Amino acid sequence: MPFGNTHNEMKLKFTSEQEYPDLSKHNNHMAKVLTPAMYEGLRSKQTPSGFTLDDVIQTGIDNPGHPFIMTVGCVAGDEETYEVFKELLDPVIEDRHGGYKPSDKHKTDLNPDNLKGGDDLDPNYVLSSRVRTGRSVRGFCLPPHCSRGERRAVEKLSIEALASLSGDLNGKYYALKNMTDAEQQQLIDDHFLFDKPVSPLLLASGMGRDWPDARGIWHNDNKTFLVWVNEEDHLRVISMQKGGNMKEVFNRFCTGLTKIETLFKERGHAFMWNEHLGYVLTCPSNLGTGLRAGVHVKLPNMSKHAKFEDVLKRLRLQKRGTGGVDTAAVGGVFDISNADRLGFSEVELVQMMVDGIKLLIEMEKKLEKGQSIDDLIPAQK
Amino acid sequence: MANSFTRMMSGRNTAVMLASMGAGTLASGYLLSDNAAAAEKRRLYPPSADFPDLRKHNNCMASALTPTIYGQLRDKTTPNNWTLDQCIQTGVDNPGHPFIKTVGMVAGDEESYEVFGEIFDPVIKDRHNGYDPRTMKHPTDLDASKITSGMFDERFVLSSRVRTGRSIRGLSLPPACSRSERREVERVVVTALSGLKGDLAGRYYSLGEMSDREQQQLIDEHFLFDKPVSPLLTAAGMARDWPDARGIWHNNEKNFLIWINEEDHTRVISMEKGGNMKRVFERFCRGLKQVENLILERGWEFMWNERLGYILTCPSNLGTGLRAGVHIRLPLLSRDHRFKKMLDNLRLQKRGTGGVDTAATGDTVDISNLDRLGKSEVELVQLVIDGVNYLIECEKRLEKGQDIKIPPPIPQFRK
Repeated sequence: MPFGNTHNEMKLKFTSEQEYPDLSKHNNHMAKVLTPAMYEGLRSKQTPSGFTLDDVIQTGIDNPGHPFIMTVGCVAGDEETYEVFKELLDPVIEDRHGGYKPSDKHKTDLNPDNLKGGDDLDPNYVLSSRVRTGRSVRGFCLPPHCSRGERRAVEKLSIEALASLSGDLNGKYYALKNMTDAEQQQLIDDHFLFDKPVSPLLLASGMGRDWPDARGIWHNDNKTFLVWVNEEDHLRVISMQKGGNMKEVFNRFCTGLTKIETLFKERGHAFMWNEHLGYVLTCPSNLGTGLRAGVHVKLPNMSKHAKFEDVLKRLRLQKRGTGGVDTAAVGGVFDISNADRLGFSEVELVQMMVDGIKLLIEMEKKLEKGQSIDDLIPAQK
Repeated sequence: MANSFTRMMSGRNTAVMLASMGAGTLASGYLLSDNAAAAEKRRLYPPSADFPDLRKHNNCMASALTPTIYGQLRDKTTPNNWTLDQCIQTGVDNPGHPFIKTVGMVAGDEESYEVFGEIFDPVIKDRHNGYDPRTMKHPTDLDASKITSGMFDERFVLSSRVRTGRSIRGLSLPPACSRSERREVERVVVTALSGLKGDLAGRYYSLGEMSDREQQQLIDEHFLFDKPVSPLLTAAGMARDWPDARGIWHNNEKNFLIWINEEDHTRVISMEKGGNMKRVFERFCRGLKQVENLILERGWEFMWNERLGYILTCPSNLGTGLRAGVHIRLPLLSRDHRFKKMLDNLRLQKRGTGGVDTAATGDTVDISNLDRLGKSEVELVQLVIDGVNYLIECEKRLEKGQDIKIPPPIPQFRK
């Protein structure tokens, strides 16, 4: 909750043992890492804006998780959370991001010229291409913790910065609370509109507070570049288009992001970033690049193949249904994207995805002809 | 050996003393600017920057909150460091329904009602039909012997029930409580309940530890409560740490039931099939008094004061926190166009038999008192008894083809 630590002082009157959460039925990264000793050592701390350990872990306590899916179970309330509570967050990050160590450095590369190929994904298979990431504005608390005043300030800054974009990036902002029914329907039809989170993972962390105050959507006139303001993160930036020209999508992504970053800097606000964690976002799962680059691709044969999951794992790719993270695939069409976020640069992740999709399509074509794909199985990346 | 419980006991005793001293003498603090960042934040974001957008809202909090009140209260805290923003979050997040006016705010602790009185008082007045906490006193009366005509015609009344809530003084309420405090509520209440004897002797079932069989049994008996899903409750923070320290106690006869740490510290329910409301209320009062004595023996007490009666999480449950009701079959009367006005004048409310958010099915309706604050428990139960008896008389008259009259409205507050 905003404006200083309003409650932790009271809790400190009780012993750590009395306060320690019951995590016996839990299966998330936070529950795996937290110990009574760690809790005792961290419970009296707070970030300068008053975010406390209990604030970090509440969502993980309230959402024990699923036996098969490992959720993160903790969030940041501000940039300093990752520093003040590093004893908890470093092992969570290491576990979630494939062994990323506290001493590791993350490389940022948003130069689209470094991407090789990617403009030629076979449109008979690839229906659409998309790249998304998130950005946090330094100096403001993150969605779990921000006050209404801060959230509005982030919105105001975003509107000003985005209004300065021009050419291919010329666009318009739609505040969630002011949009007309016609605008709302259009945004739904374009698959642009986001709604109040319903996932208990998000609500338990406080991200849904004051909805829809200071939330909105900006998109360019061409409907290929989209920014969400104050949803799960301060900003979510999305570049997308139909077809398989991922290079063009990534080009626009990098150009747009770089322009937006400059516009924010001109107004005295950098994005949250550091050498170790890259771009800092609300959920530890999105640190580093915060990047998910993916395609909607038809793989009816490949997806039925016994080695499909294994191939994806080797390519460091992840499959989802075309409705997003919690959906199943329909009609053999999958959403395939990079599995990693941290420890690889943006270019590296998009390259891996592009190369991986090319290989999967090759395999699909072979299976169509009744041929074997055994000689195409890749090594683990 | 001075253990943590002893330390907490002395802290609680102070809180109890302070709380009993009444309005105006409680120590309420301002947010401690224990660091420069907090002070800088307050400078950058004056209350006007944080004032919620309530233009599409229809709840008691939104009707009463002004920028001026917000400005005066935003930086205050209760002694437990609970704030106004935390009290009103549920009302900001839940604009309400055009037809139903929800309350839109909760208390985090007993002191919330004092420290944020400037907003709670008008909200209470709005919700409780003009009861003014600044000038009026609430009567408490749990003497069931005063009840008359408390046996209903069982051709019509299927079941009778009385419920209320109680909070343990010195511990924060469900929106605000820490895990320790919640566990302490559980410990205090379960220990007290284990002292009940005779027809009140019973057993506790912890939500987190019950077996599948116990769970099914409690569901079949309609005793089991589950994690709140209503956004009105979850936005207030009441579902945190579920199911830690939540549970259900009931007596062996299954007609006296206590919920622990759901929407309030405790919800106390007396119920049975049939129309013997007097017996239901008698057991209710007896059980409540015995539980109160058992906690007093250990140095605890219920939150209560003269102006607000029993203190509960939601302002709508202040005073008696009491809902006394019946499931009743009124096939003719419930279809009569005069039914609604009769209920209004009798200060009664109808609900579906599934509870507050359900519609009536078939001919059976749940009829209970509308009011909670400003009338005593005895008065409210008598009002329900007299009202339901009147409705039954009307139903009988309609059965015989006779005419019925809408009764005059019952006055709202004792003069």
